Amino acid sequence: MLQIEHLRKCFDGFAAVRDASLQVAPGEMVAVIGPNGAGKTTLFNLITGQLTPDSGRLFFKGENIAGLPAHRICRKGISRSFQVVNIFARMTVFENVQAARLSRLGKTRQLFAAACSMAVPQTMEILESVGLADKRDRIGGSLSHGDQKVLEMAIALGVDPDLLILDEPTAGMSPEETAVVLELMKRLNREMGLTILFCEHDMELVFSISQRIMVMQQGRSILEDTPPRVRCDARVQAAYLGGGDVC
Amino acid sequence: MSPPGMRFKSAGFAFAALAVLFLLPAVLPRYYLYLLSLVLVTGLLATSLNLVLGFGGIYQFHHAVFYGAGAYVFALMLMKTGLPAWLAYVSAPAAAALLSLLMGLICIRLSKLYFGMLQISLGSLVWVVVYRWYGFTGGDDGLQGIPVPGALSSTSGAYIFVLAVCLLCLALMYRIVNSPFGRIFQSIRDNPERSAAIGVDVRQHQLIGLVLAGAFAGVAGALFVTVEGSAFPEMLFWTLSLEILVMCLLGGWLTFWGPMLGAAIIVVLRTWVGIYTDYWTLILGVILMLLIYFLPDGVLGRARKKKTIENPVAGAGKV
Repeated sequence: MLQIEHLRKCFDGFAAVRDASLQVAPGEMVAVIGPNGAGKTTLFNLITGQLTPDSGRLFFKGENIAGLPAHRICRKGISRSFQVVNIFARMTVFENVQAARLSRLGKTRQLFAAACSMAVPQTMEILESVGLADKRDRIGGSLSHGDQKVLEMAIALGVDPDLLILDEPTAGMSPEETAVVLELMKRLNREMGLTILFCEHDMELVFSISQRIMVMQQGRSILEDTPPRVRCDARVQAAYLGGGDVC
Repeated sequence: MSPPGMRFKSAGFAFAALAVLFLLPAVLPRYYLYLLSLVLVTGLLATSLNLVLGFGGIYQFHHAVFYGAGAYVFALMLMKTGLPAWLAYVSAPAAAALLSLLMGLICIRLSKLYFGMLQISLGSLVWVVVYRWYGFTGGDDGLQGIPVPGALSSTSGAYIFVLAVCLLCLALMYRIVNSPFGRIFQSIRDNPERSAAIGVDVRQHQLIGLVLAGAFAGVAGALFVTVEGSAFPEMLFWTLSLEILVMCLLGGWLTFWGPMLGAAIIVVLRTWVGIYTDYWTLILGVILMLLIYFLPDGVLGRARKKKTIENPVAGAGKV
């Protein structure tokens, strides 16, 4: 579904992503791990069009999407959440997700229709599935950090994506909130067949739910394999898991 | 969600207010009728600015240009052509919208403050042309004795017309703010990056918003000429842009009715202060300073916030 070949992005001579390659098949749950500064977020920004790659190729459903603007990539079926909370802070929870629905339905240029009655069932369905339905009328910016991260995901789901990219979905969350997000990710992947690509620092979470793991180090993808094999790889242990004999 | 009883009540109240507004010419002296017309026109102008400022988050620093463009196009068509007046009324917003589109296409590549700065420069260019082109625009003398249609040349006739057109425009803008476009526009205001990530072409939507705001400003320009019978270059000078910006901030730039309230306060205050002193801009500056310190959300914004604190759910999401 997603195929990344030798992607590269430099900022003022510093190669944040040096040489990244990755394959994601439909229905998979793939994790990207690596130490801070390995280039995970930059890689995601390249995939979803917030940044333009300097070189390399980026195929989604067989089509080269490298260099397209973010909104075009979204319309092709890739949606994402951000590492730092990135919501519509002055709009209600309901409106946050509804905006994504309206965009997906292509209704954003309707000037005189009443928005309040549009896409209500679908929006509520998403809010219920993430557990925010009872907070629908709260202002987005007034939610707790954990709820804002969940809302972040709900917005991403609002555009009905084929591939969902989550940049550290549980960063800064309490263990309880993390468990909720974990359950949600599992449900989206297993029951609804959504393809998910995510990065995360919580290793327990990564190894428990991902089908494959890609390891990045200093802008390079050094390994791409199943969780048990990644866990045993000497390079990964040296570079990331702090050495020691785990297996 | 208000209970049906309350909705009836507010509909009744709105109807009564409308009736009073339309019946005012029967009781109000001409001077106050004229002042009220000015409040309405300026309020329409400020509301049109707030469409992009408060609901689109665009730093529209030189909105008066589109107001002036509408006024001059309207005045020149009446003075220099034999075309019917209704065509002039349609051409004013059309020309303002076109100018807004052209300037928007150039400025929209820049974000936030830079957008505003470039807009001031381009707008000042338009002002200079109007200000210096004596043969066509009358230069700094402006245009006087514009042949407004007979039915609208009396103070009360102009007032009724201005009231009707303003209400129509306000209703349209209210619908736009609450339409899917309006919702997406607000999402762009809150977070352009996120809006792009949900598949919204941010620049295209901003351009649509700019064109709409320009068109409504053009309507206000034509209405001003209807009330005043003249047009002058100060209408597109940047100080007026600052003044309507202050109106939006004063009334509450995150509310729909705030700019109208701000316009009423400023217009009445300016008229009243004008009796005693020429230093109106000084007073305006002081107002702006006090505003920033004590009422950053404006009058209506403040009122809404208070309501929201008392009842967190009821005040949310209303415009």
